[in-house]
Amino acid sequence: MPDGPIQSCRDAPILKERGQREVFCGLTSIIWLHRKMQDAFFLVVGSRTCAHLLQSAAGVMIFAEPRFGTAILEETDLAGMADAQDELDREVNRLLSRRPDIKQLFLVGSCPSEVIKLDLAKAAERLTQKFAPSVRVINFSGSGIETTFTQGEDACLAAMVPVLEQTDQRELLVVGALPDVVEDQMRGLLSALGIQNVSVLPASTVNQRVCVGENTVFALTQPFLGDTHAELERRGARHLPAPFPFGAEGTTAWLRVIATEFGVDPALFEQVIAAPKARAEKAVSQAAAQLSGKTVFFFPDSQLEIPLARFLTRECGMRAIEVGAPYIHKSLVGPDLDLMEAGPILSEGQDVDLQLDRALEARADLTVCGLGLANPLEAEGLTTKWAIELVFTPVHFYEQAGDLAGLFSRPLRRRAILRREAAE
Amino acid sequence: MKLTVWTYEGPPHVGAMRVATGMKGLHYVLHAPQGDTYADLLFTMIERRDHRPPVTYTTFQARDLGADTANLFKTACQDAYDRFQPEALIVGASCTAELIQDDPGGMAETMGLPVPVIPLELPSYQRKENFGADETFFQIVKALAKPIDRSAQISCNLIGVTGLGFRHRDDIAEISGLLSDMGISVNVVAPMGSSPSDIKRLGAAHFNVLMYPETGEMAARWLERELGQPYTKIVPIGVGATRDFIAEVAQITGLDPVVDDSRLRLPWYSASVDSTYLTGKRVFIFGDGTHAMAAARIARDEMGFEVVGMGCYNREMARPMRALAKSFGLDALITDDYLEVEQQIEALAPEMILGTQMERHIGKRLGIPCAVISAPVHVQDFPARYSPQMGFEGANVIFDTWVHPLVMGLEEHLLHMFRDDFEFNDAAGASHHGGHGVADKPQSTSRAVGDSQPAAVEAGAVHAADTQTIWLIEAEKELKKIPFFVRGKARRNTETYAASRGVQEISIDTLYEAKAHYAQ
Repeated sequence: MPDGPIQSCRDAPILKERGQREVFCGLTSIIWLHRKMQDAFFLVVGSRTCAHLLQSAAGVMIFAEPRFGTAILEETDLAGMADAQDELDREVNRLLSRRPDIKQLFLVGSCPSEVIKLDLAKAAERLTQKFAPSVRVINFSGSGIETTFTQGEDACLAAMVPVLEQTDQRELLVVGALPDVVEDQMRGLLSALGIQNVSVLPASTVNQRVCVGENTVFALTQPFLGDTHAELERRGARHLPAPFPFGAEGTTAWLRVIATEFGVDPALFEQVIAAPKARAEKAVSQAAAQLSGKTVFFFPDSQLEIPLARFLTRECGMRAIEVGAPYIHKSLVGPDLDLMEAGPILSEGQDVDLQLDRALEARADLTVCGLGLANPLEAEGLTTKWAIELVFTPVHFYEQAGDLAGLFSRPLRRRAILRREAAE
Repeated sequence: MKLTVWTYEGPPHVGAMRVATGMKGLHYVLHAPQGDTYADLLFTMIERRDHRPPVTYTTFQARDLGADTANLFKTACQDAYDRFQPEALIVGASCTAELIQDDPGGMAETMGLPVPVIPLELPSYQRKENFGADETFFQIVKALAKPIDRSAQISCNLIGVTGLGFRHRDDIAEISGLLSDMGISVNVVAPMGSSPSDIKRLGAAHFNVLMYPETGEMAARWLERELGQPYTKIVPIGVGATRDFIAEVAQITGLDPVVDDSRLRLPWYSASVDSTYLTGKRVFIFGDGTHAMAAARIARDEMGFEVVGMGCYNREMARPMRALAKSFGLDALITDDYLEVEQQIEALAPEMILGTQMERHIGKRLGIPCAVISAPVHVQDFPARYSPQMGFEGANVIFDTWVHPLVMGLEEHLLHMFRDDFEFNDAAGASHHGGHGVADKPQSTSRAVGDSQPAAVEAGAVHAADTQTIWLIEAEKELKKIPFFVRGKARRNTETYAASRGVQEISIDTLYEAKAHYAQ
């Protein structure tokens, strides 16, 4: 520990907890990944619980046949391994013959498939050979025993890295699934800065070129991509650590790291960002009026908590009481921690009953939590923001900065306008 | 292994949660990996509950496997008892914990907790949610209910109501009122609203009202056998069924069948001339066995619909469902495969679907109106207003609910007469539903692949479903003039007619010949 007062959150102690976790498993990532990758199908090999989770987490059923499904293990599959592999082949054959539009098939491991040690890597290899070149089969695990919520995306992208094409060209790879509109904005900004050879992982179709090699540098748009980060470094690519692109400040810092790497003229940089940055600051300031001086408490959910706490404390004038995250990768969120003033409790993992005790004691003005906790906490008189919306809504980069602040200010505004006791 | 896109029922431990969450003073310790807590949101979001479900998840991770998952369970169990101080505990495993065979029941028993600990064996790879609820409630009743003196006044228990049930909240009120009219009081409503000490006094009732066989039949049978309480077999959904139920209760209790139908409106609404347009509407019915069977009787006898298909997703109800379907001259569809249900609906081209939220989506895709009659539940199935399915008010609610999605009487004719009106045409849909009309599918050839939109109408002739026959442009145009709610049927009939006569090209004449052929 350094002597003297701690300046930023970088060196603050982390409260590590183990106990009941009120979080989703990694399978939940499929809900947005299958929308992003338009020629991919996600086949979960699991139980009825997995199928039920996907359906419930999606909230509303998608009005079409979705590009995901669950091969539900039955009593007979649990009896013998050889059997389960044959059964899987049969279901995949049936699926691919019915859906010729599928070019990438992800076999997704679940808790039961991991526990019975069903070898999906072997299955993916066998099925790739069988269906090449028209379909690429990749496996990853979204099981709850190994992954928490957004780590499902991390596992998926990490599994794609080894099959990316090799390149020696100088490239910028931007990593993390973003809504199309946001991805286009980002590409627009990078292109205005004069940066060439930008590719994005995951691409929306298998035909889009995504390469990696010794001369590749990569930037992450999501803080939960630890394994993907490690896989890319294994391929020789170099990470550009930066605060995550939330809010005007985060977006500027993120872009600046890339601009510096590519030697962009500082004058050009200022010129490119000036207008969108001013728009973002204006939009944020409107919502910030509601947030300024208020306190916030984060339950762990998506690993976005630290960058978002940085945004709320620095750009919206809030004070964080506790910032909980399922995992804290300092090599990824370090730049965000550097910007946050020490003070809040940083907690990693969860014992939900103990954390609820703290939240009810703290009674923050805004509590950010999962759907299982939100209504019970509202009933206790707290104002909450469901965390899942932060993952399902476009919130990155300048043009969404105001929307992001709005997601936090809306529950407070709502509480202020409802006159629940008016009848009396 | 079976590929599933959407499921009608969750796993059996979710059924156990429906029992536990409805009850008070009971806690469920569930041996389960991280992520299974998603089930909490079913209750807090869909049902808008203001409390967390009383469930402690052990939350084991990969690194715990083979190490000390058993110990993890014991710690979680002790912590749950200390924190929540329940009157009784139920303990069990979710699908993954079942595989690691830690025996939560056995472990909990050795812990010497000062309250009853009820172990649950719910085979996750064979059974589903309804079984889980039924079995859990049965185990609780078996462990706690003891013979006691009957109440002085004639009373009954309402059995089978759970958390996340389709309109259970309001059915309780409706049936309690109906029984009260006959001078019968309600001893205990269970599992929803009861505590373990209430379960202990189930025996004070003279009989049981089995409201939902799906989630209460095992307990009702056990109570009949062990405590000598008869139970009702008729589920009072619909006017006829409600009258039969009152007669059944009168017969069990020896009381006079008191019928207060002063607020019942369904029969008159159905007889009034505005309802003439309901005559012979072809409906397809699908849901849980209890609600689907009740709906079939109402549809035919009380609404004047023609039931063209029916079925249920819970295999446990297959036998009575098949028997009822047979009496309608139909084969019941017993499946939990959503795609199979969709296929059958597509083939039958009904004018209306009475189904679940799943069928509502099928209906949206096929442009067929749908009213929801059964679980699985959606946030919309928990309306703020009083909205029972059972009893006479339930019948009123059902009338409104089923008529609502349809284009009404005269409007149907106006749509037909002025089909080219720019704002009053079939693409605009029923006038009381806002502007989201369902466009007719331009081709009947195949369902659109994936999420892509169906291809636009080709300039030339359009292939029919069998791809042998083609629709000539003029005939296709004429077909468009037929109102959308019967267009699917007209298309199908014409193609069948053409195929049966070996006609390769469908002309306007073929269309009207087919119409005359099928005219009744």
